[in-house]
Amino acid sequence: MATKTYIQAIAEATIEEMERDKAVFTMGEDLRQSVYGATAGLVERFGEDRVLDTPLSENGFFGAALGASLCGMRPIVETVTSFLWVGMDQLISQASKMRYMFGGQAELPVTFRVRMFYARGAAAHHSDRNYPVFMNTPGLKIICPTNAYDAKGLMKTAVRDNDVCLLFEDGIALSSRMEVPDNDDLPDGELLVPFGVANIVQPGSDVTIVGIAGGVQHAIDAAKVLEAEGVSAEIIDPRTLVPLDTDTILKSVAKTGRLVVVDPAHKMCSAGSEIAAIVAQEGFWDLQAPIQVVASEQINVPYSPALEPLIYPTPEKVVAAIRTVLD
Amino acid sequence: MALDKQQLVEMYRRMCRIRYFEEAVIEIHSSGELIGPAHPYIGEEAVAVGACAALRDTDRIAGNHRSHGHPIAKGGDVNRAMAEILGKVDGFCKGKGGSMHLADFSIGILGESGIVASSVPIATGAALAAKLSKQDFVSLVFFGDGASNQGACHESMNMAALWDLPVIFMCENNGYAITTSYKNSVSVDHVSDRASAYGMPGVLVDGQDAIAVWEATNEAVRRARAGEGPTLIEAMTYRYEDHSLGLDKIRKSEYRSQEEVDEARTRDPLPIHRSAMITHGFATEAECDEIEATVQTEIDGAIEFARNSPFPKPEDLYDDMWATPV
Ligand SMILES: Cc1ncc(C[n+]2csc(CCOP(=O)(O)OP(=O)(O)O)c2C)c(N)n1
Ligand SMILES: [Mg+2]
Repeated sequence: MATKTYIQAIAEATIEEMERDKAVFTMGEDLRQSVYGATAGLVERFGEDRVLDTPLSENGFFGAALGASLCGMRPIVETVTSFLWVGMDQLISQASKMRYMFGGQAELPVTFRVRMFYARGAAAHHSDRNYPVFMNTPGLKIICPTNAYDAKGLMKTAVRDNDVCLLFEDGIALSSRMEVPDNDDLPDGELLVPFGVANIVQPGSDVTIVGIAGGVQHAIDAAKVLEAEGVSAEIIDPRTLVPLDTDTILKSVAKTGRLVVVDPAHKMCSAGSEIAAIVAQEGFWDLQAPIQVVASEQINVPYSPALEPLIYPTPEKVVAAIRTVLD
Repeated sequence: MALDKQQLVEMYRRMCRIRYFEEAVIEIHSSGELIGPAHPYIGEEAVAVGACAALRDTDRIAGNHRSHGHPIAKGGDVNRAMAEILGKVDGFCKGKGGSMHLADFSIGILGESGIVASSVPIATGAALAAKLSKQDFVSLVFFGDGASNQGACHESMNMAALWDLPVIFMCENNGYAITTSYKNSVSVDHVSDRASAYGMPGVLVDGQDAIAVWEATNEAVRRARAGEGPTLIEAMTYRYEDHSLGLDKIRKSEYRSQEEVDEARTRDPLPIHRSAMITHGFATEAECDEIEATVQTEIDGAIEFARNSPFPKPEDLYDDMWATPV
């Protein structure tokens, strides 16, 4: 077993899936020079036809990926959260609706790999954490891997899935490194992580913390601080937001009686607020304190290094929220 | 109409201002004082300066992520530009926008966009306002060869031509969109060839020659003011530095060769303008040296100003969100 970074895990998943299935190809901006780090060497290995550098035309090439998928191809599209806005017509009007609208005829095996940069001085146009927008749209699968193992396993599952998958690559998790088994070490010879199965990052009994994307790391850091005070936190990483493993979350809340959700998206209509709503409706009688959602401020991302760090969840904010529910 | 001595000298001053400003930004970035992305305009100065020399203060401009040159060419204050890039309260946008989003509405700079091509419709709308309200201003938008492939760009050009809007589409063709070459991303030889598809003039110009850019823009502005509609200008230029500061890990030798960069550097817009002025007797060597020295002092002052300007306070976070606070 070797340790790998999140980006290496994504790159490995891409190569394995392209080797396995000729229908898989990649498209996006500046892939051949691997500007975003996960596509180095692909063109040398698979040739220009399967590693397409597209013009700067997100709505166009998102749609072209969808069209190709209707006719037997399985595109992997690389982009960035903030550039999804340019392709919204294809994502919302076509990707999410075609299959249902056409009575189940359409098969859309497209994986959008969406890099999510934030908290690094890139200002409002390059810092979107917009997965909740797509949760609000029926018909799209939303994947948020938070470590290298899940990145590889979920990515491979996404490429094989016959629906449109949006896989959000969190900027905080990108630099993380962990052991990812090589295929030879695995009984089935492949690392596949199923959708809709949460990961219990650590078991605990006093409070449930659900972390989303980069929020998982904040949850881990906060739990460490409170462990010293004798607080036992159960940390849950849903891994996929659509489908969402509500059972695991509700079972945990039934045990702990307290819930804190950590979500780097803006708070209003966030993944965090959705999880809070589900637990309020279905787990109300298990709760011993009001649910706390630690999410980003409801304000556009300011550029100044004096302001930007104020808006996101931090381990300190998570610690404060945990104290509130334990009070 | 031709440019007079005063205008030519002012153009040189602004080109130097952009060049030295960018050199300062590169230095500040490498020292770690600036963490976010910043896209140097070095090598392309003649485009912004030539274009803005044909505009009045009341005319509007909009631009893109390679954003420092456009506002400086339009007459933007370098102190406030530098303060914005350092995220300080005295910046154009009080530190909320940063490097990619310089804007000074008081002198017609409607803002630079980090989302590629996103400001092309905005400039088109500014021209629509001029037409509808019968105000005497034109609008000019700077965008790249890469941006020319966005739907927003094509849709804007069609509307502008359809409605005879007073807008100038100024394409800065520097040959690349990050690492993607022009020939790998555009289906025709020149962006300006596309103008005929919309029924407007398409003009190809040497973007290293500020006077040539001025001439093309001046004619486009004349047309716009006369109600004759939009013009698409393609200025051939070259980016001397990396696409963005902090992106130096890109396999740069592989997307463009060192020979190509060296060759492009032989057509540096600053010496080209300087020697044109001297050859035609508009300025002496000594006058040019003097301009360069004065501008360098100005930029040193801008760094000083920006460093001394305070950061915004936490309580400023929610300011500027609404016209009528909720
Ligand atoms: C919609 C969108 N897609 C992708 C990007 C990432 N990006 C930033 S600059 C750039 C290249 C722009 O090329 P061009 O328009 O030619 O301008 P240049 O950088 O060459 O000045 C890209 C792809 C972006 N900012 N916005
Ligand atoms: Mg370009």
